[in-house]
Amino acid sequence: MQFMLLFSRQGKLRLQKWYVPLSDKEKKKITRELVQTVLARKPKMCSFLEWRDLKVVYKRYASLYFCCAVENQDNELITLEIIHRYVELLDKYFGSVCELDIIFNFEKAYFILDEFLLGGEAQETSKKNVLKAIEQADLLQENVDFQTRLFAGVMVPGLASESSGLFQN
Amino acid sequence: MSDVVEKTLTALPSLLSLDSQPGAAKLSSTSKLGNLIRGITELTSKHEEEKLIHRELASIKEQVSSPNTSMRQMKELMVRAIYCESLGYEASFSYIHAIKLAQQGTGLEKRVGYLAVSLFLNENHELLLLLVNTVLKDLQSTNLIEVCMALTVVSQMFPKDMIPAILPLVEEKLNHPKEIIRRKAVLALYKFYLIAPNQVQHIHNKFRKALCDKDPGVMTASLHIYLQMIQENAEGYKDLTASFVSILKQVVGGKLPIDFNYHSVPAPWLQIQLIRILSLLGKNDQRTSEIMYEVLDESLRRAEMNHNITYAILYECVKCIYTIHPKSDLLEKAAKCIGNFVLSPKINLKYLGLKALTYVIQQDPKLALQHQMTIIECLDHPDLIIKRETLELLFRITNTQNVVVIVEKMLEFLRMSTDDYTTIDLVGKVAELAEKYPSDCVCFSYKNYTYAPDNEWFIETMNTVFSLSGDTMQPDIPNSFLKLLSEGFESVEEDRKLRLFAVDSYVTLLKGETGKLPQFFLQVISWVLGEYSHLSEELKPATVLELLQKLLDRKQTSSETKSWALMAMTKLCEGRAGVSVAQQVSETYISSMDTVLRQRAQELQHLSQDSELRARVLPRDADLEPLEVDSSLSFLDGFVSEALAAGAAPYKPPHQRQEELSQAKVLSLEPYGLSLPISMSSCSIADRQSPTLLSMSSGLSGDSTDLSHKGGSTTLKFEGVKRVWGKEGYLAQKESVEEAVQVEAPSPLRSTSQQAEVVGSHSQTPTLTPTPEPEQEKQQLASSLFFGISSQSSVCLMGKSGPTPQRFRRKAKGQSSSSGATEQMSNSVVFTSTTVDNLLCNNPPDSTITSEVDVSSSKHTSELPQGLTAANGTCDIEAELTDSDLKGSSPPLSGDNGLENADPDPHENLDKPQGVCLSSHLPAELSGLCRSEITPLCTLQNLDLSACHVHREDTIVLVVFITNSSDSAVQHIRLDLDSELLEVSCVSESPAKDVRSVAVYLYSLTVRRPAVHVELAGTVSYQVPVGTPQTAQFSYKLPLTAFIRPLTVSTEEYGTMWLAFSHDTKQNLTLINDGQEPLVATLNVLRKKLQLHVVEVIGVEGILACKLLQDQPCLMHFRVHEGALAVWLRSPVPDLPDCLIYHCQRALQEH
Repeated sequence: MQFMLLFSRQGKLRLQKWYVPLSDKEKKKITRELVQTVLARKPKMCSFLEWRDLKVVYKRYASLYFCCAVENQDNELITLEIIHRYVELLDKYFGSVCELDIIFNFEKAYFILDEFLLGGEAQETSKKNVLKAIEQADLLQENVDFQTRLFAGVMVPGLASESSGLFQN
Repeated sequence: MSDVVEKTLTALPSLLSLDSQPGAAKLSSTSKLGNLIRGITELTSKHEEEKLIHRELASIKEQVSSPNTSMRQMKELMVRAIYCESLGYEASFSYIHAIKLAQQGTGLEKRVGYLAVSLFLNENHELLLLLVNTVLKDLQSTNLIEVCMALTVVSQMFPKDMIPAILPLVEEKLNHPKEIIRRKAVLALYKFYLIAPNQVQHIHNKFRKALCDKDPGVMTASLHIYLQMIQENAEGYKDLTASFVSILKQVVGGKLPIDFNYHSVPAPWLQIQLIRILSLLGKNDQRTSEIMYEVLDESLRRAEMNHNITYAILYECVKCIYTIHPKSDLLEKAAKCIGNFVLSPKINLKYLGLKALTYVIQQDPKLALQHQMTIIECLDHPDLIIKRETLELLFRITNTQNVVVIVEKMLEFLRMSTDDYTTIDLVGKVAELAEKYPSDCVCFSYKNYTYAPDNEWFIETMNTVFSLSGDTMQPDIPNSFLKLLSEGFESVEEDRKLRLFAVDSYVTLLKGETGKLPQFFLQVISWVLGEYSHLSEELKPATVLELLQKLLDRKQTSSETKSWALMAMTKLCEGRAGVSVAQQVSETYISSMDTVLRQRAQELQHLSQDSELRARVLPRDADLEPLEVDSSLSFLDGFVSEALAAGAAPYKPPHQRQEELSQAKVLSLEPYGLSLPISMSSCSIADRQSPTLLSMSSGLSGDSTDLSHKGGSTTLKFEGVKRVWGKEGYLAQKESVEEAVQVEAPSPLRSTSQQAEVVGSHSQTPTLTPTPEPEQEKQQLASSLFFGISSQSSVCLMGKSGPTPQRFRRKAKGQSSSSGATEQMSNSVVFTSTTVDNLLCNNPPDSTITSEVDVSSSKHTSELPQGLTAANGTCDIEAELTDSDLKGSSPPLSGDNGLENADPDPHENLDKPQGVCLSSHLPAELSGLCRSEITPLCTLQNLDLSACHVHREDTIVLVVFITNSSDSAVQHIRLDLDSELLEVSCVSESPAKDVRSVAVYLYSLTVRRPAVHVELAGTVSYQVPVGTPQTAQFSYKLPLTAFIRPLTVSTEEYGTMWLAFSHDTKQNLTLINDGQEPLVATLNVLRKKLQLHVVEVIGVEGILACKLLQDQPCLMHFRVHEGALAVWLRSPVPDLPDCLIYHCQRALQEH
């Protein structure tokens, strides 16, 4: 996969993940063109687009468009299912996800994406495993939160890193 | 799914006031980010947003640089910075703080830091270097989550040069007890493989371990690497086929944990990955294909549920079945599948069905026929994507009979298309079709019009193409159009008519409104008018001059077009009126700011006054000798040596300069003081396009349709640019050369084609049955579109053989042209067009094969695909010399002078009994010499071909053995060898004396142009007493090292030669450390493996010399520098240093 974009019906970009090195200018140009093209398509139309030398696969969920660019020889249907699996993961994590969850917790959405896709390839396709990985990391965070509250003001990095050792297993 | 995500922005205000949120995440409405987001959604204008964000960024900037900001606050700030960036505002000041956060933060802070880094920076950003230490530390951390984070960021982006620093740590993680770590490590290595393949070469066996991992996730991850590696070199992984098949079997059989199910389909991602790998492995390989038939059948059978995911698997299966060696019952099932896709009411499936059809259409044209009505419907589909894919499909089935209708449909689409990319692509395709079928006289009717791809059609189509494409067109299209026009076709009269028609049509165009015509088109018009307007009797030169002058006066005309127009005027300015116009025009432009225009104006002025000179410089219809172009610029040698003597620095080719620059960059990284286990300098090998990569890609393009298609058009473009589009202005002479050397095609060919046409026109009649009105129109369209692919396989093949002979005539023309340079160029064109032809029509250029299939056409139709591949693919055996062959031949070379007796390994002989008996047929004078293994080239009905190459001191001899394996006598054996890179001369032919004896052909080979591997293409044809002539093609590949011999020179001679050579390459190699002095050990290995002569070794430096047969020296300079071996190669032959470097690299790796 080359990149993944999430944008709203109004054309506002919500999430972007690039798996190929591009300059900011190119990214902006691609985003602008693609958002425009995808938004202009009618609901009954094909979910696949030939765009430049890439294949764009998109799907709309409520007010959000999920849009992936893959190479030409890649399987379009499975890309569509990757999008779907990602939405399932978001849904499971946030509990009935809506666009607002993604707007306000976009960093979480990125974390989930990183556990699911890595370097543009499906990393882990078992839903349980992805969520487990995320939860473990969250758990660690909550503990650190707790520490911070306890030692507010006297917090030293060394101490924190030691206490995080609790979760090694 | 959409019901899950029903809440939208309209609900924003009420949601924001909610305190508790469902699920794990809390809506941070009170946080600063929440405030910011809310603030922005409340704004109405872009301007206000800008103001708000700038204020926000200023406040973030202030806080991040304050020393009192805690990491926790920093995390919060970073999230806000990410948000601002994602809105399109730059927050580059925060990049360095993101890195700091990743370094110093803990838990989520670190995680946010890494996330910010991966979002802010890309692979090439220099700040990324600061991340290396952090990653290094986290990889060593005892905290699993930190290790995970580090691996995640590494597999997303990592500076290529720094991979060696962390590679051992990542490798170590492959043995980690936690599967998530192993999985991420595998993916990180995959990333490294993608950006710097040669750095992970040594851990290939560890990939195998990952493939056998007990955790399915880790195994799945390893498949990414395997897919990539197999794409590059399928041969190397054939042994794994059975393992992949058994994995797929287990997956399909539901042996995986239920977690991996997706909508109750077991691990679909894994399945698809495996099927893709299998299709690569089984391509053109019957034995490997046979292993996978069963599991593919199983997959097809299991994928029954009506869900996207099963369709995804089916689609992949179908593609695989049509890629590997065909098996009829599988093909039948796959065809049924495609049918289901095409007929599906779901638009996504219909699209994929069309795509699959496009993919398989060359193998199975009758499948298109089955679905012709659906295809017709898709052609008028409201969704442009579907329409576009349908055109792609039609493009693949074009033949002489349907080309007009298909081109019309494509032009129709072009008129509507607004997307530049599509326009360029389609324009190229239309032009290709138009040029492929330019003048043929098969007429048929469609909607009461008579359409025939004749001269008028050709010119008019090209006119539409030129006017529609605007200025976005690929320059090779006008180039090849002009080339076609100037070279002409078979008859002089036809050519004249074609040109005359072009002239007339352009004059009409110029008389009308020219404002909208693209510049490219105006240039074509100018050239054609200048060249051919004299053909028209009623057209006076003055009229043309006037038109051109009008063109010149127009404001919109670009200066490049103007120079074309001036050039045309120079050709036309005769007579009193002409001269006066010329004077007038040249006066205007003689003072132009544009130097090219000024030169053209000067030429115009002078030549219009001196008609004798003009006739000499710009002769009409001249049969001139081709222009000799001295591409080496040897006439400047004196100037160069003078400059060098005066102390100028020697010229360095761009790649070398770049490399030196990048080396300098590498050096500057040192202060970070990392322990680099592998020398940093070896990174640079991957930096530039190493020969390894190049050779891989060229190997790839061989079979795959799309790739070779693309490759073909690039050759064309390159060729076209050089020959026709040049600004030198002497186009006329160059064009006319090839026109002069027309060679008639051999007559049997032509008779076949005529026969073909007759059969083709017969088949036209019985297709239609009366149907109701609107339907009838569709039917009619269908019959015109699918003409020539009608139901009987024989007819379809015959119908398509139309264009082939024509190409053949052009080919003959190209080859016969005399000058070396021209010959090469036109050869390359011919090569391209035949490949394209091959791919499009699935009709090999040998008419013999066509007729062969014709004979067998009475067989059952389902056998057709098999028959086709047999004719097209299987004969095309690639006799690639694998590494083992190389090794087999290298030990005997160990002597100083290399060439000693070869005693082939007895073990190898057991494997190849044929080789033993063939070797006894080796001529006596060659039998004692070192030679490669005897490899089979191809097997035909009656003949077996094998070959080997023998190293002689002064030459390489290719020995081809032809064994008659049948009992009948074989006559008229003809063997033709050809290669772009090699010069092949026949040394001796000793035909077989009787049945079952072996004919031996000897060829001496010389390198024309060095390449890492040089390949020969050959054709063998023969005749059995009863039956048709048979032809087969084969290829033979040998490494450049076979042509390398030691060159004995003294150090002084070396010194003078070194200065005289202009082509050079520098690279770093790894040193061999096996106890001895590393430099000596390394040089010894190279000397033995590559046959080099060691001139002298002084301290840390060594100089070596070798030559490429015959007498093309290459000098090498080795210097040990910081644990690596810096090599500098120089040679008078371009490309030779690059190729040798590649072989040095290989030799050291193999050691």
